[in-house]
Amino acid sequence: MSIAEKEIEIVEEFSLFDNWMDKYEHIIEIGKELKSIDEKYRNPEHEVKGCQSKVWLHSYLKDGKVIYEADSDAIITKGLIGLLVRVLSDEKPEDIIKNELEFIEKIGLKQHLSPNRSNGLVAMIKQMKYYAVALNIKQ
Amino acid sequence: MNYASTPLSVTINIDEIRSHFPSLHQKVNGYPLVYFDNGATSQKPDVVIEAVTQFYSQQNSNVHRGVHTLSQKATDLFEEARITVQKFINAKSSNEIIFTKGTTDSINLISSCIAHAPLLWRGEGGEVLISTMEHHSNIVPWQMLCEETGALLKVIPINDQGEIIWEEYLKLLSNKTKIVAITHVSNTLGTINPIKKMIDEAHKKNIPVLIDGAQAVPHMKVNVQDLDADFYCFSAHKMVGPTGIGILYGKEKWLNAMPPYQGGGSMIKSVSFEKTTYNDLPYKFEAGTPHIEGVLGLAKAIEFINGIGIENIQEYEHELLAYATKHLLEIEGLKIIGTAKEKASVISFVIEGIHAFDIGTLLDQMGIAVRTGHHCTQPLHERFNISSTVRASFAFYNTFSEIDRLVDGLKRIKKMI
Repeated sequence: MSIAEKEIEIVEEFSLFDNWMDKYEHIIEIGKELKSIDEKYRNPEHEVKGCQSKVWLHSYLKDGKVIYEADSDAIITKGLIGLLVRVLSDEKPEDIIKNELEFIEKIGLKQHLSPNRSNGLVAMIKQMKYYAVALNIKQ
Repeated sequence: MNYASTPLSVTINIDEIRSHFPSLHQKVNGYPLVYFDNGATSQKPDVVIEAVTQFYSQQNSNVHRGVHTLSQKATDLFEEARITVQKFINAKSSNEIIFTKGTTDSINLISSCIAHAPLLWRGEGGEVLISTMEHHSNIVPWQMLCEETGALLKVIPINDQGEIIWEEYLKLLSNKTKIVAITHVSNTLGTINPIKKMIDEAHKKNIPVLIDGAQAVPHMKVNVQDLDADFYCFSAHKMVGPTGIGILYGKEKWLNAMPPYQGGGSMIKSVSFEKTTYNDLPYKFEAGTPHIEGVLGLAKAIEFINGIGIENIQEYEHELLAYATKHLLEIEGLKIIGTAKEKASVISFVIEGIHAFDIGTLLDQMGIAVRTGHHCTQPLHERFNISSTVRASFAFYNTFSEIDRLVDGLKRIKKMI
C-alpha cells in the first residue's frame, strides 16, 4: 500500500466518528497498541526536541525501505505518532521525503500541527524526514 | 456536586462581573468556555477594551511631546494613569512608577542597571539570592548578571509543601548578599511567600529586595510602603489589563542611584554629541514612545478591580480555591503540587498514570482551558521530581459551577485513558 493509500484508509477510518470523544478514544487506542520502543532508544540522542511530552524516534533501513519505531510518554502523542509510523514506515526514503502528509488535517487534528501545541507532531514529521534523507544518502 | 449548596460569604455579583467580559461568553469546541489559565493571562473587561479603542479613535497622538491639544489630552490621561497605579500599590510618589513592557522587562531593567549603581552594588563578587520556586524570568536575568559581575547565584530551598524554609533563608542572607529577588506568589504552587518578614530580615543587613509580584497584584492588596519593598514588579495583562505593559516600582533613592536602562527619546534633558544629560524620574527609564494605550487600559483595569474591591476578590478567590481543592482531591490518583498554608488561587496537579499533556488536550476538547507543562519553572518541577503538571488558575470571574465542569471533565478523562 502506498503512502497516499494509507492516508485515504486513515481518513475513512476516522470518518466513522462523529464526536470528539470517539475520535480521541480511537487515538488513545492506537497509542496503546503501538509497540513500545526498545529501552536502549529511550535516551536523549533519540529524543525529538520541542515537545511537551517526551517523544523518542528510531529508524533503520530494511530492504531499501525505512522502518520507524517511535514512542511517547503521553498517550495521545503516542497515538498521533502511531498514525505517522503507520503511514511512513516501510516506505522508500524518496517517497517519504517528497510526501506532504494531508491526512492529519483531513481527520480534524489540524490543531495538533500548531506550533503552540508543542506536542511534537511537527517536530516529529520533520525528524522522520531527516532520518529518511540521512538513510537515503547512506544507501 | 452542586455549587449552589456552597455558602458564599462574599458580596460579589458574579453574573454582573461576567457580563463585562465579552471573551467569556463564547463556545470553544462546542462547549461554553471555562477559562482557568488566568496565571498565564487574564481576560479583559469591556472598559479596558473600550479605553484602548477610544485612544486610537479619539485621542491618538504621542505623549510628552506636542503642544497641540490631542497630545496634551493623551499626556494628561497617561500621567493620570501613573497616579492610579501609584495609589493602587500605595507608592510614595508617582516618580516611583516606571512603565515597562511587563514583569520580565521590569526585572531585566533592575538586573541590567543595579551593578552600575555603587550605592546599591558595593564591591566585587557577592551573591544574588533567589528561591527554588522562581519563574524563569526571575532566574535568568540574575544568572546573566552573575555571569557579567562574577557574583554567585544562591537559591533558598523549599519544603515539600512548597514553602520557603525560613531557617535556610536566614542562613543564606549574609554580608555577601547583594540583592534578594523573590516571588510574592508562586505561579506554579500558588504559595504566598512571607515577603514582609523576608524584606525585614534582608533590611537588617542592608540588603535590597526585589519582589516579582506578577501573580500577587491581581489577587491581593499590595502596599509597597507597608512591605518596604525596594523594587516591586508586575504586569497589566494578568490583572485584566492589556498585554505589553508592566510596572516597575522602585524606591526613588534607588532609581535615582541607577543609570538609565536604555537610551533614546523621552529619557533625556539635552543631547549634544559631546554630552547628554538624562531626564528625571520616571522618564529616565522610559526611553522611546511608550505603550500609551496599554497604560490607559491598565488604569481602567485598576478602576475595574477597585470597583469590585480587591479584598472581596481575595476572599471570593479563596473560596474558589478551597472548593476546587476539596473536589479535585476526590479524584483518585490526583495529587496537588503545592500545599502551602498560605495559597493564592492556583492549583497545579498530576494524575497518576496520565500525562499532563493528555489531560490538557482532552480538557480543551471540553472547552476547558488550563495550562500544562512546566509553567516556566523547570528547576521547581525538578525539585518535585516531575516533568510537567496541569495548572488551573482562577480569577474573580470564575464560578463554582466551572470548577464542577473541570472535576467532571477529569473524571471523564480518567475513564477514557
